[in-house]
Amino acid sequence: MVGLSKRKQYTQAFLYLFPAIFLIGLWVIYPVFGTIRMSFFEEWNIFTREGTGFGLSNYIEVWNDDLFRRGVVNTIIYTFWVVPVSIIISLFIAALLNSKLQGMKIFESIFFLPYITNIIAIGLAFRFIFHSSYGVLNYILGSIGIDPIVWLNDPEWALTTLIIFGIWAGLAFKIVIFMAGLQGIDPQYYQAAKIDGANRLTTFFRITLPLLAPIVAYITVISMIGSLKVYTEIIGLFGGTLAGPANTALSIVFYVYQKFYQESLPAVASAAAVLLFVFILVITVLQLAINKRRVVS
Amino acid sequence: MTLPTSTQTTMKYVRITATYAFLIIGAILMFFPFYWMITGSFKSYQEIIANPILWVPSTFSLANYVEALNIAPFDIYFRNTAIVSLVNSVLTLFTTILAAFAFSQFTFKGRDLLFSLLLATLMIPGELLIITNYSTVVELGRWNRQLLELLPFLPDGAGRVFGIDTYSALIIPFIASIFYIYLLRQFFNQIPRQLYLAAKVDGCSDWKYMWTIMVPNSINALITIGLFNFIASWNAYIWPLLVTNSVERRVLSIGLRYFTGEAGSDFHLLMAAGTVVVMPLLIIYLFTRRFIIAGVARSGIKG
Repeated sequence: MVGLSKRKQYTQAFLYLFPAIFLIGLWVIYPVFGTIRMSFFEEWNIFTREGTGFGLSNYIEVWNDDLFRRGVVNTIIYTFWVVPVSIIISLFIAALLNSKLQGMKIFESIFFLPYITNIIAIGLAFRFIFHSSYGVLNYILGSIGIDPIVWLNDPEWALTTLIIFGIWAGLAFKIVIFMAGLQGIDPQYYQAAKIDGANRLTTFFRITLPLLAPIVAYITVISMIGSLKVYTEIIGLFGGTLAGPANTALSIVFYVYQKFYQESLPAVASAAAVLLFVFILVITVLQLAINKRRVVS
Repeated sequence: MTLPTSTQTTMKYVRITATYAFLIIGAILMFFPFYWMITGSFKSYQEIIANPILWVPSTFSLANYVEALNIAPFDIYFRNTAIVSLVNSVLTLFTTILAAFAFSQFTFKGRDLLFSLLLATLMIPGELLIITNYSTVVELGRWNRQLLELLPFLPDGAGRVFGIDTYSALIIPFIASIFYIYLLRQFFNQIPRQLYLAAKVDGCSDWKYMWTIMVPNSINALITIGLFNFIASWNAYIWPLLVTNSVERRVLSIGLRYFTGEAGSDFHLLMAAGTVVVMPLLIIYLFTRRFIIAGVARSGIKG
C-alpha cells in the first residue's frame, strides 16, 4: 500500500475483514470443533452445554444401530444410481443444447428450472404425480397395461421413487456446467475431425469426452458429495417425520436430524455427523486421486 | 415422399429433427411437475381425483388459495421469508464486498495463507455445523435476556433480538460466505491495479474507491451473488426448522411442512400452497435467468 505504515496496513485490513472472519469463525470454524467434541460425550445437554462420560460410546452406539446401517446402505444405493444416471442424461442434453439450433435458450431455461425450485414444494407435486390411486404416472402406465405401482407407500418402491426424484432434481446444475465445458472446447478440434472424416459419434467419444474429462471429474465429485448428503428430497417426497414407509428410505443425514430434532440426542447426532464427514472426506480424496491419474494419463 | 437431393441433406434434417424431438421430450419431463402443481392448484377436489385424468383445469378459480390461507397463515410465512431472504442478501453483499476488497487490494503479511485457510472451510459439510450452531443461538438468546435484566430501561422487544424464534437466528449464520468472497475477489482482481494506485495518489480513500470504482464495475457479479443468496435463503429448510418454534417466525418451507401434516392428501390445497412457495422465485428467475445461469456456469455453485 502506498505510504502507509505497517501497523496501519494491518489495522485497515483488520477492519475490512473483521465482519466476514468473525462470522465464519463463529458459525463455521468453531462448530466443527464443537460438534466433534460433543460427539465424544455420552450425554450432552444442548441448553446447559454440559456433558458427562467422555469416550467412544456414541460412535459404538451409532455403528451398531441398524437404522444407521440402513441409512448408510440406502445412501450408497442412492448415490450409486443418481450420480452416473444424472451425469449421462445431463451430458446428453447439454450436447443437444450445444447444437446451436434455434430456440436453445428457451430449452436451457426450462432445463434449469429445478435449480431454483424449493425441493419441499416441488416434492408435493411429485407426491401427487406418484400417488398410487390418482397419480398421473400410474394413469399413464395403466393405459399401456401396467398395474398400478404403490410408489410412495410400498417399502419395496420408496427408495426407487426417491432415486427418480433425485435424478430429476440434480440434472439442472449438471447441464449448465457441461454446457459451459462444451462451449469452452476449441472449434479447431472439430474442424480437424471433420477433415479426417470422423462421424459424430466418433467425434464425441474421441474428442469431446476426453477434453471434458476434468469437468466430468469435477461434477462427479460435487454430485457424489451432494448425494451422500441427500435429505431435502426425502422430506419433499415423504414428509418430515419418517423417511418413507417405516423409514425404508432413510439416509445418513436423515438419521442425523432424526436423532437431533426428534429424539433430542445431540451427542449421538454429532457422532453420526462426524462419521458422515469422514466418509465424505475419504471418498472425495480417493476420487480426486483416481481422477487425477485418469486425467493425466 | 419425394426423393432427397442428396443423402447429406436428409441426414442433416434427420439430425435436427431428432435433436428437437429429444429436447422437447426432455423439456416436457422437466416442466411437467411445475405444470401439474400449478394446474392442480386450480382444480377442485373432485377434479383432482377424477378418472380419466383432467389434463387442463376447467376453471381458474383461486378458491384453493383462499382455503389454504384459512387453514395456515401463509401471509405471515410469506412475509417472514421475504424479510429473511432480503436482509440476508443485503448483509451478505456487505460483508462480501468488504472482505473481497481487502483480499484483492490490500497487501499484508499472511494474506494468502489466511485466504487459503478460509477456502479450506468449504470442505466442511453444513450437517456438521448445525448442531453446535443451534446451541450457539440458544446461548445468544440467554445473553440477550441477561443483558435486558442488567439494562431494564431498554424496551421489551430488545430482549428478543437474539436466540431461538428471532429473525436474527434465521439470518446471521449465513451472512458471511467464503465462497462468495472468493468469487467477488476474482472480479475485483480484474480491475487494473494502476487505477487503485492512481486514485491513492489523488488522495482518494480506500473506502471511497471501493464504493465508487470497484462496486459499480462489478455490478454483474454482485447481482449474481445477491440472487444466489436470496434463492438459497428462500429455499432453506433444516436450519429454519430448528430455530423457529412459533407460527410468527415460521418461513414458507417450514409452514409448508406443517401444512402437509394438516392438509393430509388434499392435493388441491397442497398444490396451491406449493405454488405460493415456488412462484416468487419462478418470476424472479424469468427476469434474471441470464445472471443465474451465467453465474452457475462460471462458478460451479451447487444449489
